[in-house]
Amino acid sequence: MNRDRLLKGFLFGYLALVFVFIFAPILFSIIFSFNSDRFPTIPLGGFTLKWYETIWQDPDVWEAARTSLMVSISVAITATCLGFATAYTDYRYQFKLKPLYLALILLPPTIPLIIMALAMLAWFAKIGLSGQVVSIIIAHTVLTAPFAMAIIRLRLSQMDASLEAAAWNLGADQWRALRLVIIPFCKPAIISSFCLTAAVSFDEFAIAWFISGLNKTIPVVILEIVTGNIDPQVNAIGSFVFLTSMTLVIIAQVVLMTKEKKEKDHHG
Amino acid sequence: MPSADRSAPSLAKDQTSGGRVAHWPVFKYAMRLPIVIWQGLFFIAPLIFMVAMSFFVVRNYRMTEDFVMKNWLKMMSRDYFWDSYALTFGLATLSTIVVMTVAFPAAYTLAFRVSDSTRRWAVFLLIIPFFTSYLVRIFSWYVILAESGVINAMLSYIGLGPYVMLNTKFGTIVGYMTLTLPLVIILQTFSLANIDRSLIEAAHNLGCKPWRTIYRVILPLARTGLIIAAVFCFILSFGDFVSPYYLGGSKPPTLPILIIDTVKSGQQWPRAAVVAVVMMVTLFAVAFAGIASAYRRRGS
Repeated sequence: MNRDRLLKGFLFGYLALVFVFIFAPILFSIIFSFNSDRFPTIPLGGFTLKWYETIWQDPDVWEAARTSLMVSISVAITATCLGFATAYTDYRYQFKLKPLYLALILLPPTIPLIIMALAMLAWFAKIGLSGQVVSIIIAHTVLTAPFAMAIIRLRLSQMDASLEAAAWNLGADQWRALRLVIIPFCKPAIISSFCLTAAVSFDEFAIAWFISGLNKTIPVVILEIVTGNIDPQVNAIGSFVFLTSMTLVIIAQVVLMTKEKKEKDHHG
Repeated sequence: MPSADRSAPSLAKDQTSGGRVAHWPVFKYAMRLPIVIWQGLFFIAPLIFMVAMSFFVVRNYRMTEDFVMKNWLKMMSRDYFWDSYALTFGLATLSTIVVMTVAFPAAYTLAFRVSDSTRRWAVFLLIIPFFTSYLVRIFSWYVILAESGVINAMLSYIGLGPYVMLNTKFGTIVGYMTLTLPLVIILQTFSLANIDRSLIEAAHNLGCKPWRTIYRVILPLARTGLIIAAVFCFILSFGDFVSPYYLGGSKPPTLPILIIDTVKSGQQWPRAAVVAVVMMVTLFAVAFAGIASAYRRRGS
């Protein structure tokens, strides 16, 4: 089976190359954020923290970070609530227009962001909501609610349907059963949904750029710096954004995985 | 209530039909309606309004609601619009072909050659790029691909280059790949991993060569998932403005860049809406064709 080993070696080498391609820009961006050259290349220049100092002292960046933080947290709360109610509806009820209902919710991620951006810009101007922080929150909620719904729906499908029924039989009304049975069961999924929707919102730039007006978020600031010229500040902000998003994603993943593992151990 | 709650077990239904819980549609609609209202107001309404806006007029730098064909006639009769359309469609098609081809051996390896836990880790790694700033990654490529950038610096050690990679179609495709490759590998891996292994073993035992097995057994069985991956790849590439702008040089502009230029310089929102509607129609057609061929029965 020497040929098979050769093939296997080739496939693993190929896979490694693909991963290098995918992670190269992320790694280089972090490396360049500590590099003193204005136009970084190989061999690397000296080590520096000046790009971090520049953004640290820039009031615009702080302002944008505050806006971004507020937007992501609000989006995470709204999208997770909407996603939960929708996932529960899909889990619990059958009704005639359900395919249409689900399509309405799951469609937004398939529409190009630039089109959503234009549509939202025009619509918010029409209904008098343009250029406000709340317009970014609304737009990002539309975008992220499907993710919240998908994560929580997966968790619900792991639930024993008789749990809720048992609560009703013991005299709990539907609200109480929801509060005491369903929500505790879905807690890990709710936490991951919260983190992931916040991370998506924290990175979104196309819609935010169109509708934010003067309330810029971090990605909009990056976009404006990049449009100007080569400025390694972008790498420093990018590393900060990367760190934030990664923290959120890893929390989400760990919460989901440990819970599932615990349940598996418990049953097995 | 005409809707039967099929997922609820029967002992619960007995109680709900007689007990105090039964006449409480408040709960049901409190769960069901918020998303309908939200997406109706902030997703469907904006899209409908955008279609309507493509018939509005701009007078004295102000948009007035109207119903005229002027914007459509103007855009449809311009060569630059059709050049831009052909370029965007061509680039997105090229990107889909390249990404699907590059992704396949990787997905094949992940689906058939590694353990379940390795696959889970690989998929987790592939999800990471979704949550890192796409803009920063493209900026990173800009620096890597530049004439005095990392790649050309490395090539010069072995006496090659420098090659011009920025402001070319190559640059644009690298950007599109940055956006779509992780997603396409994930979707391909799932659709390949879902294939019944015994069918592949049967082909192998009957003396089918590996290449032929891929072509005659694996590809047809994974067709639905593969086509969905390709459709997503096309949609993402078609709608992206960052790569063609920063890595492709934006000459001529793609349709998304045309939308930005029209909106940001000149307040011509109705004309931008025309471009957006044309893009939507194209994407619906592509998605519909893709889905129709994904679910078409074999041999027909």
